[in-house]
Amino acid sequence: MRCLKCRGVAAVEVRRHRAAYCAPHFLEFFEAQVHRALTTQRMLRPEERILVAVSGGKDSLALWEVLLRRGDDTTGLHINLGIGDYSRESRARTEEFARARGARLFVADLREEYGMDIGTLAEASGRSPCSACGLSKRYLFNKMARDGGFTAVATGHNLDDEAAVLLGNLLHWNMDQLARQAPVLEQTHPHLVRRVKPLYRTSERESAAYAILRGIDYVIEECPHSRGARSLLHKGVLNSLEAASAGTKQAFYWGFLDRLAPVIRAGGPPALHPCRQCDQPTTEEVCAFCRMTARAAARLNARTPSLP
Amino acid sequence: MKVRLHHPRRVLEIPGRQRVSRILADLGLDPEAFLVIRGDALLTSDSEVGDEDEIEIRPVISGGWADGAPCAA
Repeated sequence: MRCLKCRGVAAVEVRRHRAAYCAPHFLEFFEAQVHRALTTQRMLRPEERILVAVSGGKDSLALWEVLLRRGDDTTGLHINLGIGDYSRESRARTEEFARARGARLFVADLREEYGMDIGTLAEASGRSPCSACGLSKRYLFNKMARDGGFTAVATGHNLDDEAAVLLGNLLHWNMDQLARQAPVLEQTHPHLVRRVKPLYRTSERESAAYAILRGIDYVIEECPHSRGARSLLHKGVLNSLEAASAGTKQAFYWGFLDRLAPVIRAGGPPALHPCRQCDQPTTEEVCAFCRMTARAAARLNARTPSLP
Repeated sequence: MKVRLHHPRRVLEIPGRQRVSRILADLGLDPEAFLVIRGDALLTSDSEVGDEDEIEIRPVISGGWADGAPCAA
């Protein structure tokens, strides 16, 4: 297989573009895709202070690498979820990445901040670990961005993540979630920091290839809680479709953004107001994160009265 | 050839010279979900792997999700 650009030996095939690239031209292709996402979706404004959510995995570190190379004003945020060796490895890789590049990194520890790791929080609140994790991360990204004066939060969600979520939301007709699924989640309330997903144009195979070719030492092991997750089933289904017809995932997600999303969002964003307990934006009187942690703390206290 | 795999971590010995596409197919692995690495280089599906080579087959699929959003970030 030959590189589309230079006819040298190809390193990465991008079937959905009917192309293959040598290592240097693939790096150029990937960075151009991220740049295109940032510009066409108007993700960043001049003088933007970006908080990059970094897990230590291939996507978030690849994203941070591209933003650093572009010269964007970035600070990393890593959340220690307290998931045993997986969290220890993730934190170590993230800290090493930041140290090697002289990049700023904040580390938040869920157990130190709220007295519970993800496993305990999920079990005691009655949520699945993925649900407790997703809710906690979204909450902390916004809270820490707001507290730190950042104007945007960037996450490493890629084309595969977005296509799998779209499939799941369509299968269950989750209209609220469909209305919120977008590469840019605008600031619709003064307490809400804009969220952007600059990897929405690139597949996770491409972000893994980018990370490997850039020599990024990311966590390969999977979160133990994600075993059997429905997202993996949906990704498998989409990959089967992709294998039979290259470009299916891209057409599915981009088609949604072009055709269905504007119709679903025609009613405007939901009304937000500050949470009565923590001041973070919510559609309810008390936000979902405060309700989850309160429920978990109450159950734990009922079991062990000495806990705070 | 020596083939290193993940989830779980293990090493297989596969005899003879083979194409990457054939190795993945014989192992029942979806080419969309894996990258094949030899040394510092990524291999495309038509690359040949020699009997004396050592390769890594690395998964690229990650994450769980709930409440309409991926937990991975």
